[in-house]
Order: sequence, then structure tokens, then C-alpha cells
Amino acid sequence: MFRHFFRLQWKSFFRSSSFGKGIALKILMIFFAVYMLAALVLTGAGIYFILKKLNPDQSPIWTLSQYLIYWVLIEMFFRYFLQKLPVMDIKPFLILPIKKSTITHYILGRSGASMYNFFAIFFFLPFGVVLLFKGYPFLNVLLWLVSIFAIVLCVNYVNFIVNKSDKALFVIIGLILLFYGLDYFQIAPIKAFFGPIFHALYAYPVAFLAPLGSAIFVYGLNYKFLRNRLFLDDSLKAKKQEAKSSDLAWTRRFGDIAPFLQLDLKLIWRNKRTKAQVFISLLFVFYGLIFYTQEIYANAMPMFAFLGIFMTGIFLANFGQFIPAWDSAYYSMMMSQNIPLRKYLDSKAGLISVSVVIMFLLTIPYVYFGWEALAINFGSALYNLGVNIPVILYFGSFNKKRIELDKSPFGNMQGTSGTQFLIMLPVLGAPILIFTIFYYIFSVEVGVAVLSIMGIVGFMLKNKLLDHITEQYRNKKYGMIAGFKEKNS
Amino acid sequence: MITADNLTKKYGSQQVLNIDHLEIPKGQSFGLVGNNGAGKTTFFSLLLDLIQPTSGKILNHDIQVNASEDWKPFTSSFIDESFLIGYLTPEEYFYFIGDLRGRNKADVDALLDEFKDFFHGEILGQKKYLRDLSKGNQKKAGIVASFIGNPEVVILDEPFANLDPTTQIRLKGIIKDLAAHEDITVLVSSHDLIHVTEVCERIVVLNKGEVVKDIATSTETLKELETFFGG
Repeated sequence: MFRHFFRLQWKSFFRSSSFGKGIALKILMIFFAVYMLAALVLTGAGIYFILKKLNPDQSPIWTLSQYLIYWVLIEMFFRYFLQKLPVMDIKPFLILPIKKSTITHYILGRSGASMYNFFAIFFFLPFGVVLLFKGYPFLNVLLWLVSIFAIVLCVNYVNFIVNKSDKALFVIIGLILLFYGLDYFQIAPIKAFFGPIFHALYAYPVAFLAPLGSAIFVYGLNYKFLRNRLFLDDSLKAKKQEAKSSDLAWTRRFGDIAPFLQLDLKLIWRNKRTKAQVFISLLFVFYGLIFYTQEIYANAMPMFAFLGIFMTGIFLANFGQFIPAWDSAYYSMMMSQNIPLRKYLDSKAGLISVSVVIMFLLTIPYVYFGWEALAINFGSALYNLGVNIPVILYFGSFNKKRIELDKSPFGNMQGTSGTQFLIMLPVLGAPILIFTIFYYIFSVEVGVAVLSIMGIVGFMLKNKLLDHITEQYRNKKYGMIAGFKEKNS
Repeated sequence: MITADNLTKKYGSQQVLNIDHLEIPKGQSFGLVGNNGAGKTTFFSLLLDLIQPTSGKILNHDIQVNASEDWKPFTSSFIDESFLIGYLTPEEYFYFIGDLRGRNKADVDALLDEFKDFFHGEILGQKKYLRDLSKGNQKKAGIVASFIGNPEVVILDEPFANLDPTTQIRLKGIIKDLAAHEDITVLVSSHDLIHVTEVCERIVVLNKGEVVKDIATSTETLKELETFFGG
């Protein structure tokens, strides 16, 4: 039986839509995957020496043990968002002559082989190998590794028991903050308390039975829980959110574009992927901290220009590059309805403009790092408003890939094609290049002025540009409709 | 009035539609039947300018559909669930369509009120997004949305599929009422011969993209169609 399951799994992986992508994207994704793994393996191998350097009097495994409690908690935190028991996939098996216990074991076993668990292997295994080379006793290291993997599995299965309950999330966040706080303010020595416990897994080989036992126990709990709930109206039911109607009456003020504006706001707020884009964009406000604070970049004005364009335009880039694919699911309706295409684009442009303004306002505090930062961000914001918005809308007419809105936002490449990479060149590259040229020939002031003037000119020509873009969308209409209909692309 | 002339659609060398001449007078209730792949949806998609004809043209009230968009204000349609916006509630969807067709909330509410029976209490006020409704209920919402804004041409692709018996019967009544209106042209396609003979004055049979029968509905029509498809 498991042989069948294994083969299905194999097929589902290699036939999944992410493998059907264009060759360029495939290479890029493989490259990223290899890069990630290599980074993990190298850190795993290098952590021994890092810990030794940080804490020369202690054995690295002792130092590492101090932090393992945080690793467990943080891993729980991330898995809460990223990992879900793929119960829906087993629907087809329910009506086939397969024992329910087999199905349950299959689905639990499958999650045991999940990618998230391999991350830990790729990190801890190299560490273990280094330990062996450094002459640590073989049996201890081996059983310590077994313990670690048992803990990973525990986390894996506890996550499914938690099953997206908000309370559990708050408990996890609470614990992380509490422990860190207690440690930081030296109220209670959390690290010193949990350190020896985790270290015991290494020091006393027989202790590996504890995590292993827990893993088996949690697996058993999960099994019992799931086995009795393999019904369509129970654990196999997709969770439905309760809909909250809102009429967003305040958008009426914007006149003709109001219906589209309302639609776009609902689009963003009610779909996972778009919602994630908003949060990611907001987080990128802090991107500047990485560079502004470093000495080497203190006078690197082109870097400032990159930050300016990037931070004020992050939502423009993230959201804008997939216009109109966000509406792909119902694009044929949009095209047969009495829709003024121009208003549709106006609404998108308006929304992005607001985002640019907000992002600019949020980056104002960077003036702390010098007036240049503020000036460049201002020029960049104007450039984004005037030039990049029309540019990104124009390139949107080349989008032909469907986006399934309710799919998870993490690692979701749906809708991505060569177009996206082409878009980023003019959107990010052009302004930086322009600024850099004028900066080196003249000064920061001239660079900022040129960006600002280009933005203002673009803004003044906005109507003309949008008319032209509307025409472009009309010409590409049939290709878009046909493209958006193709699922799994 | 809708006129199609020398209309063909080819994908590569495969011809999926080939209509020499077809005229649908204003106010007619027009039924399109045919097996899978006969070209029904292709015809409707061409009429809505969602795909381009390989040759020929369609006029909708003297407007060539792929040359001008002026047919949009008086034409409405429901082809499939891809015409719904999944993340809206049915009410929001109706108001959105109303906005596009120049109807305010009160107008839309008044119209929805007429369809209370048809909705059977399963559409309005359910606190559910359209994506979470069952296929049948999605269809109901889509069909009613196509009545918003007094359209003169209503195009419904397979409106009876996925509906429960009560709703099917009610829908027949609704389509008959619409068709009784002399300004409104209703175009319906269906796999169900009984339904389509009941609601349509005229039935055109498509087979492999060509018009093979064009019948004014009478008491013998059902028999005729059954012999055609059965043999």
C-alpha cells in the first residue's frame, strides 16, 4: 500500500505546477534551493567554530544547548504559519478500499518527511560531523542527533495538534517574549535553566529515549485524533471564513473609480497573497536600517537612491507587477461587462500612488542619517509616482499568467514569468542609473532634482500615458483572456 | 437584433465554429443545443468579444462586437463561475455590477427583491463569500446578476446545469417572463432538451461547429430533437 502512496507522492511532486514552469524560472528556483541548502550546510558546519570563538571556555555543544529552547519555540512559531497538514489531498482515497488507519498513517508519515524537517537535518548533521572530527565520542553525538530529529518531529506533530488555533500562537509568542525578557533583564536565567536539559541529551546517551518517546507519543495522539475524524464534514472540511460585508462608503468620494477602488481594497484585504504583500511592503520600511547604519554606505549615494526607489516603491513593485493578473480569475467577466477600462486602470494607479505616499511618509525618520536620505527618498517617491506607475501598468499588459488568489502567499511563484524580471529592470534600474549619472557629474541636489522633475513631468502627462496604456490593454485583451483561463500555469 | 455572417473560428487546422448566416431578431428567446464541443460556448464567447473570430463578424444591434464596445451597456451574460468575483459576498457582487450598469443600491435591492423565491434564502445575508457557496448557489447569483440594469440582450450558457429541481422550474419561469418582454432577446444554451424546448421560441442545433437544425419550437420539437440526438 505504502508503495502506491509513495509513487503518488512522487508524481504529485514532479507534476506540480511549479515544475511546469518555464526553463528560466526553473533554473532560478533550483539555484535558490541549492543556495539555501548550501547556506544551511555551511552554517551547520561553521557553527562549531563560531561558538568556540564566542565562548572559548565552553564546549560548543554546551553553548548551543543554551539556545535550543529558543530554536524550538521559533520553529513552532514559523511552522504555525507555513505548515499545514495536507488533509485535503486524501479525499480521493476515502472511497477506495483502503483502511482508514493506513490513510491516517500515510498522511502523518508524509508530513514527517516534510521539507521543514529537512531544514533541521541539513543544519544539525554537518554540526554533528564536525563534532566527530573534533574527537567527540561517536555514540553520544549519534544519539544526540537522533534526539534532535525526534524534537523536530515533536514540533512537527505538535503543530498539527495546535492546528492553527490562535490561542496557541499567542502562547508561543508569549513564551518567546517572556523567556527572552527574563533572560535579557536577568530576572531568571532561562538559558541556564534549559541549557543543561538539552545538553543532557548529549551527555547521557540514554536520554535520547525521552525526545524519541515524546515524538512517538505525539504521533500517537495525532493518529488517534485524526483517525476518528476522517469525515468530509469533520477534519476534511475546508475552513470557511465568515464574510464581513462592508460597503466602504468613503470611497464614493473618488467618483467614477469608486467601484473599482472598493473592489481592489477587498481584493487586497480578503485574499491571503495580496494581504501578505501589504505586510511585506510595510516591513520593508526597515530595509533602510541595514544600510544607513553601516559606515561603508554612509557616503554611497547610489545606494541611497536604490533604497529610496525600493522603499517607496515596494508595494508598487510587489502589487503592480501582477496587474491585471490579480483579477485573472474573473477577467472574462470584466471584459464582457460594461467596464470602462480606463477607470479600472485609474483605480489601480490611485491605489499604488497612495502606497507610495505612505511609504515615503514612513521613511521620513531616516532623515536622522542625513538630509540626503530624505531628499533622495523624496525624489524617488516623485519618480515612482510619475514614471514608474505608468511603466508598471504598461508592462502589466504583458501578463498572461493566472493567479489563484486563495493560494498560500509563501514561496508562491504563480503568475511569475519572464515579464516580471523584465519589469524590474526599468522600474528599479533606470532611476538609479539616472541619479548616479547626475550625481557623479554634478551633485546630489541635481540628481534629486532630475528624478523629481521626471516624476512631475510624468505626473502631468498622466492622462495621456494612461490613455495609451488603456489602448494597449485593449489590444492585448484576447491573449490575456486566453492566458488567464489556463490553470496551473 | 443579432447577426452573424460568415463566422468561423479555427484553432490551428481544427474548425470549431462555422456559421454562414444566423439572425436572431430582437425579442426572441433563442435556444442553442448541441453535444460537447459543438461550439455553443465558442459562439457565446465570440458574441461577447472574449475571443477573436478567424473570419466573419457578429453584429449586436448593428454594432460590430469586435470593433466597438458600445454593445456592452445593453448586453449582459453569465457564462460560468469565472464570471463571479470569489472574494465578494453576493450582495457586494450585485452592487458592483449595479455600479457598472449605472444602478444604485436601491435599484439593485428592488431587483433582488423580485428574486427572493429564486434565491430560496440561500444567497442573501449568508455571511459567505461567493467562493464558499455551492456550485448551484454560485450559478443562481451569477444568473440574477445578469439581469441587473435592464439589459436588452441576456446570454446564459447552460443556466440549468447544477441547479436543483425547484430552482430549475423557477428559472424556467423567469426566462419565460423575460422572453415575453418584446425588447429583450434571451440566448440560452443547454444540454437539457426538455428545458430548452419549454423556454425558447426558436432552437438552433449546432454540431461540430455548424448549424444543422433551425427550428421554430412546436409540440413536435422535443421529439424531433430526441430523434436527432438519439440516432
